[in-house]
Amino acid sequence: MHALAGVDLTIRAGEFVAVMGPSGSGKSTCMNLLGCLDVPSAGEYRFCGVPVAGLSRDALALLRRHYMGFVFQSFNLLPRITALDNVALPLVYAGEGRERRRRRAMAALTSVGLAERAMATSSQLSGGQQQRVAIARALVTEPPLLLADEPTGNLDTARAEEIMGLLAALRADRDITIVMVTHEPDIAAHADRVLYFVDGRLTCDGTPAEVLA
Amino acid sequence: MRLADTLGMAVQAIVRNKLRSFLTTLGIIIGVASVVAMVHLGQSATRSVTEQIASIGSNLLFVMPGTAQRGPGGVRTSAEPFAMDDVEALRREIAGILVAPGLSRSTSVVLGNANETLSVEGTSNEYFTVRNHAVAQGRGFEAAEQRSGAAVCVIGQTVVDEMYGLQEPLGSTLRVGRTACQVVGVLEAKGQSMGQDRDKAVLMPIKAVQRRLVGELDVGVVYVSALVDGTTQRVQGEIEALLRQRRRLAEGEPDDFYVRDTQDIADALEQTTATLTILLGAIAAVSLLVGGIGIMNIMLVSVTERTREIGIRLAIGARSGDVQTQFLVESVLLATLGGLVGLLLGVGGTWLVTERLAMPFVLSPAVMALGFSFSVAIGVAFGYFPARKAARLNPIEALRHE
Ligand SMILES: Nc1ncnc2c1ncn2[C@@H]1O[C@H](COP(=O)(O)OP(=O)(O)OP(=O)(O)O)[C@@H](O)[C@H]1O
Ligand SMILES: [Mg+2]
Repeated sequence: MHALAGVDLTIRAGEFVAVMGPSGSGKSTCMNLLGCLDVPSAGEYRFCGVPVAGLSRDALALLRRHYMGFVFQSFNLLPRITALDNVALPLVYAGEGRERRRRRAMAALTSVGLAERAMATSSQLSGGQQQRVAIARALVTEPPLLLADEPTGNLDTARAEEIMGLLAALRADRDITIVMVTHEPDIAAHADRVLYFVDGRLTCDGTPAEVLA
Repeated sequence: MRLADTLGMAVQAIVRNKLRSFLTTLGIIIGVASVVAMVHLGQSATRSVTEQIASIGSNLLFVMPGTAQRGPGGVRTSAEPFAMDDVEALRREIAGILVAPGLSRSTSVVLGNANETLSVEGTSNEYFTVRNHAVAQGRGFEAAEQRSGAAVCVIGQTVVDEMYGLQEPLGSTLRVGRTACQVVGVLEAKGQSMGQDRDKAVLMPIKAVQRRLVGELDVGVVYVSALVDGTTQRVQGEIEALLRQRRRLAEGEPDDFYVRDTQDIADALEQTTATLTILLGAIAAVSLLVGGIGIMNIMLVSVTERTREIGIRLAIGARSGDVQTQFLVESVLLATLGGLVGLLLGVGGTWLVTERLAMPFVLSPAVMALGFSFSVAIGVAFGYFPARKAARLNPIEALRHE
């Protein structure tokens, strides 16, 4: 039993890709492979041309630290520390100094429109706000690749549109590749390209108009 | 990742769960406190023994009739008592010593309404030097008083306090047994020694005690002080030879008297307290070890509880080493804090106990350093396994953890 089988795909720098498919079809597995959280048991994944299979745990961690930002369906903020500290955390691991960390984290929070909630802990934030903090955390290191697994899955339509607006603004602002899992065609419609998985196989790959039709 | 940030995270984690942190480190606190207190108390007991022995009189030998088991509190069997002739012989025949006879009798001592039963000791003027207990006010015995057995006495500070209160003791008359006895001197205060109050003393010329209290001319004990340090061994040998000769003991016959060196008693006691110290210290060290296991236990629980947090950290760029360091620093910090608190408690406890028991308060930097570094070492040793467990978590599995 393979979570993914026969998937052959290339994602180019700067693309905005939506990943769709029924539950259990391998979307998250695909994301985890792209994000180097997992390594394939068979087959090959090259990141920027480098085969990931040969890399050590630490090398994978460094790849994640410098090249990737993650946004999860369940936000995954650390409880009990402030939004600002949450956003600054990747910079801690990158070895940034305290002052620079604060400044960059504040800038990231401002870019998601939450500057005034910087001192709130996650339990004091709404779901939409928490997801914006999570996006700020994913972007604070300015990674070239943003991986979002159902970022709007826990949000109502209005909040979801807000998040999509943020991502659109981000793309306008900076050269970033986004891969996003979603169940909703409306959300997937924001992407340049849609991948559709069924039972671990990539069954459709094209523009939203082609795939969603 | 910077060390300051690692420390900051550990402090945050500890402060966030104050009660749990306290309970986690309680084992270390108790362990370090007991190690520090036990070893310090042992040292202070040793010191106290040494000081007491010194205050009894240096280079002091007790010569008593009978035979005795070695060690303090040995059993004595009766034998021919000594006489003043023996004391004179010792004085005459053996060079470099001071000799004082002693004969005690428990009897009632009365002053006005105050009535106590005290051990009254007959002795000679040498006593004050030999027993290292000087006359603080008034005088000792005059030669004529010693020769005639005059009814005069020198009393200790406790007797003054208990019987005289604010009255002047010098020149007063005490009833000792049936004798009216003039107080001519007061001894300096010495305090407790080997469980005895040395100030609870009434001293009279030995002849007075022999004639007026006992009714016999015996000598109960002879106190001998070697004038030169390091000669007690030689003096002891000479005393034994002389007394065997005077008591006509045939070759091979066992001594019917014994000579006890206070230094031997001191050595034996010191040996005992040292052994006890090691024993108690070892038991306390075991409790410190148990404290370490407590830390490991809670840290393992903490790693499980925080699995998701670890997953998040790994996803946003923490390396395994960063996670491992974080948890290791946390347990080392806990153990260190516990060690510090335990150190303070241990020293405080030692101080309280020594204060209560009037023992000398000994502070040993070596013991404190050892107790403290032991607790840090335990933090490292018992924090290592949970930290490694945290570091080895698989990122996605950790992220999926509920
Ligand atoms: N750790 C694992 N070990 C074995 N099989 C797994 C593991 N994780 C997921 N799977 C299986 O892999 C397949 C794909 O799972 P995946 O989580 O990628 O689905 P998904 O498309 O993200 O579904 P959803 O929309 O519900 O999130 C499923 O059949 C799942 O049971
Ligand atoms: Mg999924």
